[in-house]
Amino acid sequence: MNIDLVQVRDDIRTRKTTARATVDQTLARIARSNSQLNAYHEVFDDQARADADRIDLDIAAGKSVGVLAGVPIAIKDNIVTRIGHTTCSSRILENYRSPFDATVINRLTQAGAIIVGKTNLDEFAMGSSCEKCAWGVVRNPWDINRVPGGSSGGSAVAVAANLCAAALGSDTGGSIRQPAALCGVVGFKPTYGRISRYGLVAFGSSLDQIGPITHSVRDAALLYQCMAGDDPHDSTCAPRAVEDVVTTLEETPRAFRVGLPVQYRKGNSPSVDAAVARAVEFFKAMGATIVDVDLPLTDVGISTYYVIAPAEASSNLARFDGIRYGHRTKSNAAKDLFDLYAQSRAEGFGPEVQRRIMLGTYVLSAGYYDAYYRRALQIRRLIKQEFDTAFAKCDVILGPTSPTAAFSIGGMTDPLAMYMCDVYTVNTNIAGICGISLPAGFDETSQMPLPVGIQLQAQAFAEPMLLKVARAYERVQGGRKYPTA
Amino acid sequence: MNDPNNQPAPLTIDDVRHVAKLARLAVPQERLAALQHDLQAILGHIAQLQSVNTDGLEPMAHPLTLTNRLGDDVPQPSMPIADLLRNAPAVQGDFLAVPKVLGGESS
Repeated sequence: MNIDLVQVRDDIRTRKTTARATVDQTLARIARSNSQLNAYHEVFDDQARADADRIDLDIAAGKSVGVLAGVPIAIKDNIVTRIGHTTCSSRILENYRSPFDATVINRLTQAGAIIVGKTNLDEFAMGSSCEKCAWGVVRNPWDINRVPGGSSGGSAVAVAANLCAAALGSDTGGSIRQPAALCGVVGFKPTYGRISRYGLVAFGSSLDQIGPITHSVRDAALLYQCMAGDDPHDSTCAPRAVEDVVTTLEETPRAFRVGLPVQYRKGNSPSVDAAVARAVEFFKAMGATIVDVDLPLTDVGISTYYVIAPAEASSNLARFDGIRYGHRTKSNAAKDLFDLYAQSRAEGFGPEVQRRIMLGTYVLSAGYYDAYYRRALQIRRLIKQEFDTAFAKCDVILGPTSPTAAFSIGGMTDPLAMYMCDVYTVNTNIAGICGISLPAGFDETSQMPLPVGIQLQAQAFAEPMLLKVARAYERVQGGRKYPTA
Repeated sequence: MNDPNNQPAPLTIDDVRHVAKLARLAVPQERLAALQHDLQAILGHIAQLQSVNTDGLEPMAHPLTLTNRLGDDVPQPSMPIADLLRNAPAVQGDFLAVPKVLGGESS
């Protein structure tokens, strides 16, 4: 087994190593490679060392410590922390310091986790490549001329290059799973409402979900368990008990059915199709039943998403007005309140964010609401029904996470072509179900081997079964590999 | 997939200017054409939604069917004013400072 968060945690607890040594090694690796990879925007060296020393003292004194005691965790920079800044990789929040911690931050630190730094993203989580980050492009550790995916690219790179024990991302249309696939690590988007969104800077409120990016499935299960559950600060958090997914994880899944949608087989690169085909063989060998399922609205998902997500974003991002926090224009041309809003926002938001605010404003505007927004919500119900029908025939749906391996930095300039990267991931969010991306081999056709991922999706709140099946796959497949760079 | 009959009416520069105003974005004159092109391309793709039969379908605004979750009506301490004002771009005393308000929004 490779070194994962659970291994590090156990080594600290059994005093094979210390939290301080673990943090020092992590900080040293960050110091060595972050200038090239740009995974982190901010690193909390002093605080991380102090937290580690405190945990080592507790362990030495025989005190009971949390299940994450001493493990260094990276946080996507759209999740608010009292320590450091929370910028969403946007100039509009360049100097923003949150007066409170997100619920997930409280839950992780109460379990003993050490927040090592904040990671870069596509501005406000709008992108699939981490090229639209105000603090520079993030680079894929498998080939630094390639994108890491996005929007949680900084978090995926931090895990892939071993610059943390695990990381948090957020997923509105694939933003955890796609970068995890492109960087060769595990990315898990739980069911909508499973993990509190309190303190996640809102993008598409009916789609957003926080989740872990990790070295292994057991790390993903442990972090999920630490974070999941109802929260009085988030009224859209599901008020239902969280099952124990950690102790049941190693159980061989009972007879299960794997659904293969015909719509997931076109337009993929051969290496991606081959990874899915290998996974099918693994599952067959485990005794799973393979069934064909039909998801005819797969293609329509992107169009549905690019109405709903920008509509919600245009509303959510209205709060950035240059009044209470964030960038305010210095221009003397802003004579009144309207000018102050419009000028501050135009200066603070990057081009992709402005494009999506414009699109969202348009589809919600008088005369277009029914044709676009209302219709998209009706199709959202159809997409949900399509999944319900498929899940009557199978327990998990297997397919690619992304149609291709990582593309070259600067190689995709058409916004619409970029949106298509998420064809296999957006419908998970539209339907509010859960999905996980797993490392599944490599594309060997380019100069450097590039990771490819497979995705397993399951019905809402089916995390215990999904994680068990994912772990069974990981055992056979052998887990993640490490880039040599 | 796109049915040519479903293509949306062309977006004019005036439309783009109007949406920018609704969105409170001061888009410079020289960027309007590029934005018009991008939005037109995206709307052209999204036009495929018109080819899906949605008769009688209830719109689904949210994945969860929760309604009206009520919290306990118990006063909680508020965040200190100093913490809230720390991020404000302009402050006068305990207040946020803004340019003149009356007569502004109509421009």
